[in-house]
Amino acid sequence: MKIIVAIKQVPDRDAQVRIDAAGKWIDETDLQYALNESDAYALEEALQLKEKHGGEVIVVSAGPERVGQTLREALAKGADRGIHIEADDLGQRDALGVARLLAAAVRPESPDLLLTGLQSEDLGLGQTGVIVAELLNLPHSTLILHVEVEGADGPQAQIKVKRELEEGWFQTIELPAPAVLTIQSGGNKLRYATLMGIKRAKMKEVRRVTAAELAVDSAPVVQLDRVTLPQKQKSTQILSGTAKEAAAALVEKLKFEVRVI
Amino acid sequence: MSGVLVVIEDRADKISRISWEAVAAGQKLATSLGLPLSAAVIGPQTESLAAETSTKFSGRVLRVEHPLLAHYTADGFTLALFQLIQSKAPTYVVLPHTYQVRDYAPALAARLNEVLVSDVVAISDGPVFTRQLLQGRLSGNYRHTGSGPCLVSVQAGAFRADAAASGSAEVTVFTPTIEAAQIRTKPGEPFRGSSQTVDLGSAQLIVSVGRGIKEAENLPLVQELATALGAELAASRPICDNGWLPMERQVGSSGQSVAPKLYLAVGISGAIQHLVGMKASQCVVAINKDPDAPIFEIADYGIIGDLFEVVPALTEAIKAAKG
Repeated sequence: MKIIVAIKQVPDRDAQVRIDAAGKWIDETDLQYALNESDAYALEEALQLKEKHGGEVIVVSAGPERVGQTLREALAKGADRGIHIEADDLGQRDALGVARLLAAAVRPESPDLLLTGLQSEDLGLGQTGVIVAELLNLPHSTLILHVEVEGADGPQAQIKVKRELEEGWFQTIELPAPAVLTIQSGGNKLRYATLMGIKRAKMKEVRRVTAAELAVDSAPVVQLDRVTLPQKQKSTQILSGTAKEAAAALVEKLKFEVRVI
Repeated sequence: MSGVLVVIEDRADKISRISWEAVAAGQKLATSLGLPLSAAVIGPQTESLAAETSTKFSGRVLRVEHPLLAHYTADGFTLALFQLIQSKAPTYVVLPHTYQVRDYAPALAARLNEVLVSDVVAISDGPVFTRQLLQGRLSGNYRHTGSGPCLVSVQAGAFRADAAASGSAEVTVFTPTIEAAQIRTKPGEPFRGSSQTVDLGSAQLIVSVGRGIKEAENLPLVQELATALGAELAASRPICDNGWLPMERQVGSSGQSVAPKLYLAVGISGAIQHLVGMKASQCVVAINKDPDAPIFEIADYGIIGDLFEVVPALTEAIKAAKG
């Protein structure tokens, strides 16, 4: 089966982020980037499905030049080829605008399955996969921890997924292929790229297509106007000093104010 | 009708708390913009839900009814609400930001050529919708510039449910057109994961550990602190995702919700999915090396430092205090 995984490059979790001078986004100078975590789980799920049923795993990502690095890392883990949608203006597009780019790039490939992470770590909109499903007129399911495919070789492949619900509940959902699934983290153990994988990745194809070539509507209907520091909901009393001093100060508080010791 | 439409969700035939919070958010929008308010309940039969809604709501209640809405499906709900929005033409649609809404509302918005403003924590004049960015490290102010309806989902706990005004509502039935073949997914009955043996919900003291612990081998450090304090050990999602602690110890939107007397967060940055599960705690203490970690926004006491130094020191100090 042919599986496409839509992945996103996001600021590294441990990177220091600063608001940019215009107050519209973050300062991207010297920023470290990484593969979005739930997208890594989507890739892992795709690679395991390929190992079980055969076929091809294609990774697709939109963004500037630097996104090429994240695509290579996915190829090193075992994806067969990549599609890089070159766009420097993703910040000016809303979720629908970005989903239109992905849908336009994916459509000619006619995949059996399109996987993506359920949410990005930077914008956190949690919508891209569902919108792409709508644009491609495919059924979808979200917050998926496990995917099973029946009749993968036939024309009528059936997909059975384990969907996470709130507060420790789950649900099984069946849907016909082709379909779009957004993957929740934790369903699998992530693999590392092997040295051989990294070597092979250099030979693998990454097709570049520009946003302009995909010719989709890019006018946003929702705009991010301003980025600010979050408002504090409580005034935090910071206990300073050495580790020992801070620990002693906290014990005082726990004993006499919180009264739990 | 131009106005504000709130989509209500039920849990076991009762209106969920977060739906009342969405009503409060909708009411706030309606009042500030001078628009009429209405609410939609969805299902095969919605009489009791509509009655429950009318007790705490003044405005119009729309009963969106169809036999094919007996079980939630993204296709069914998208079709039904798309037709309702086309018919009633609300200016704003407010939804609770639940797993269910996340599953269909982005598609519903796209079908309307619109974009859902998801997971909103505040609404101010404009209207300007505030939502979190970068796992809560920053906030973003969003504006709707489209010509169609503006769809917004509100985060759990962001609006006060008791702010919803009481009143009497006019109730009408709306019957969407849905064919069985249009519903492409087949949902099964919800089931519980592994049997829950740890009840964090009733714990008085919780020590919770996050990604800052770095390796599974370091967990005993935090376990010792919990033991010294007589607290239950809990964790944020990544720790359970890695299999370092069982899923039943996970606090957050996908795990357990807790409200202990003390919640001591060790190496937890405080992504929103975690905060919604623990922000009802009476006292929150955070130990984190990053002074900008969002956990400090809701912490009563904070220690900014290396947990590998602070935690052993704290364990010792607690043991000494307890004698």
